[in-house]
Amino acid sequence: MGYPHKSHGKETVVLSQYFGDPEARSHAGWVKRGGYKALENALSMEPAEIIDVVKASGLRGRGGAGFPAGLKWSFMPKEKKKPHYLCCNADESEPGTFKDREIMRWTPHALIEGCAIAQYAIQAEITYIYIRGEFTEPLRIMQAAIDEAYDQGVLGPNAMGSGKRLDMYIHRGAGAYICGEETALMNSIEGRRGNPRIRPPFPAASGVFGNPTTINNVETLTAVSHILNRGAGWYKDLSLSNPKSTGTKLLSVCGHVQKPGNYEVTMGFPLGELLHDLAGGMRPGRMLKACAPGGSSVPLLNKEETEECLLDYEGCVEKGTMLGSGGVIVYDDSADMVYQAMRLAKFYAHESCAQCTQCREGTAWTVRILERILAGEGTVKDLDLLLDLSREMTGRTICVLSDSCAAVVVSSIEKFHDEFEAYINGKKAPAIAKV
Amino acid sequence: MQHTTEYTPVFTGEHRKRLDEILQRYPTKRAALLPAIWIVQETNGWVSDEAMAEVAEVLALTPAYVKGVVTFYTMYHQHPVGKTFVQICTTTPCNLCGAEDVVAAFLQHAGCEELGATSPDGKFTVIEVECLGACGFATPVMMNDDFIEDVTAEKVPDLVKQYS
Repeated sequence: MGYPHKSHGKETVVLSQYFGDPEARSHAGWVKRGGYKALENALSMEPAEIIDVVKASGLRGRGGAGFPAGLKWSFMPKEKKKPHYLCCNADESEPGTFKDREIMRWTPHALIEGCAIAQYAIQAEITYIYIRGEFTEPLRIMQAAIDEAYDQGVLGPNAMGSGKRLDMYIHRGAGAYICGEETALMNSIEGRRGNPRIRPPFPAASGVFGNPTTINNVETLTAVSHILNRGAGWYKDLSLSNPKSTGTKLLSVCGHVQKPGNYEVTMGFPLGELLHDLAGGMRPGRMLKACAPGGSSVPLLNKEETEECLLDYEGCVEKGTMLGSGGVIVYDDSADMVYQAMRLAKFYAHESCAQCTQCREGTAWTVRILERILAGEGTVKDLDLLLDLSREMTGRTICVLSDSCAAVVVSSIEKFHDEFEAYINGKKAPAIAKV
Repeated sequence: MQHTTEYTPVFTGEHRKRLDEILQRYPTKRAALLPAIWIVQETNGWVSDEAMAEVAEVLALTPAYVKGVVTFYTMYHQHPVGKTFVQICTTTPCNLCGAEDVVAAFLQHAGCEELGATSPDGKFTVIEVECLGACGFATPVMMNDDFIEDVTAEKVPDLVKQYS
């Protein structure tokens, strides 16, 4: 189970090449494997040139939204009037996703290198790497690698001997899913409650400490040095289906599969093949029932949709879901979809920052209604009520936490209607005691 | 919650030095708040009202503001906890893989009456937490700062013994 495991022949190994290789964790080991060449080159380029390469590669945000990375960087003011900041989002908390954790555990210098390149490209003086509080081991490894990078002159007042200053600090979270939302993360760095901010202003105009800020996910930043080393064209050609989705993607497969773990594939790879060939398929005697391909916050796919889905931004949208963060949650036929909908709604209710009424009240009431159904106390009207509530929870709040809860509930009711009805008409025994 | 004995300030000597170093990383004092609360918790095991007042004073904030932040983040303890603090992930992927059985086993073997309660011998406090970000290694459990993967109900008695 998990790492280190040998790569499957169908994987395209780029970011995960040194997962399981403890030597790659040190500065010397990283340099021996070709590390910090991309940074050295980058520091001799003009910032705008780097942004152009990243733009040309087609690299899109791996945290969930899929926004083109180079374009995001280009929104930063060209003429510097205030300090600029880079934030690296390592608050990996989306249920089903555990890829950034592996990047930080095995290849901390790969992340430092990617951050340093991005930091230089957007002319930022400081990078803050925001690591969730529960990631004690990745935090230890990243801190040791940053200390080493300072000692070796990779970071500091004369980064790689270029005469340019690069500073990088870790900011430890303290338990809050919502801090993975970009503006909540910035509030958390500033020492505030992790409440998302209303946009505009967008981070490139007013981010952390009110200054121009770019924020990228760990996986996005780690891809940058490979793009600089091997060229935008190489990256752009890594595309099996839609040319708008390029490169490789780390997919965290979990739930009811025989070999859960991270698998790196070229964009456009078939989801069915990922589950059956790479992740070892279902347990003996079990059948695939449902799948969330992009973390818990995306609509569920049923068996047929799962088998047909292509894993890139467009392929997932075509099936009515999203690639999100690439956390692939698999449900086999033993899963109770009503119970699981309730459990997930509970997650969102727990993690709501409670700023917006629709989210604070909506997630809590969603749990209550689902519990009522599971206790055998539900009526057919409750399903309409859930759908109605979900509609009111969509597109009305500062961030999309509320929308995510609604997406799960709506897709569960639409695709597994029979299971909800079975509890309502008494065909299935109550799963929980009366609330 | 307050201390039952006299409160000893945290930010003197080494801790004060560490905080001063942290303050260099940010343009505002307020930004050092999360790290400062972490230092308090590492030192005292929890964050009391007195500690919040102290943090407020050193960072030029109000105690109410500090409390607002402490109560927002789930990892800060607002009351003392057992010698080993056990956090079990029970969110969807772990739930599918039997996390609820792991919770039941921990409560039983650690001797905790319910979630959040400390065992009568003061050794364990067990809580359920939302996604720990290690879904492929279900069920992940944190025992203090140790992150343990692939925990099943069968492995729980040994873990409890190890941390007793």
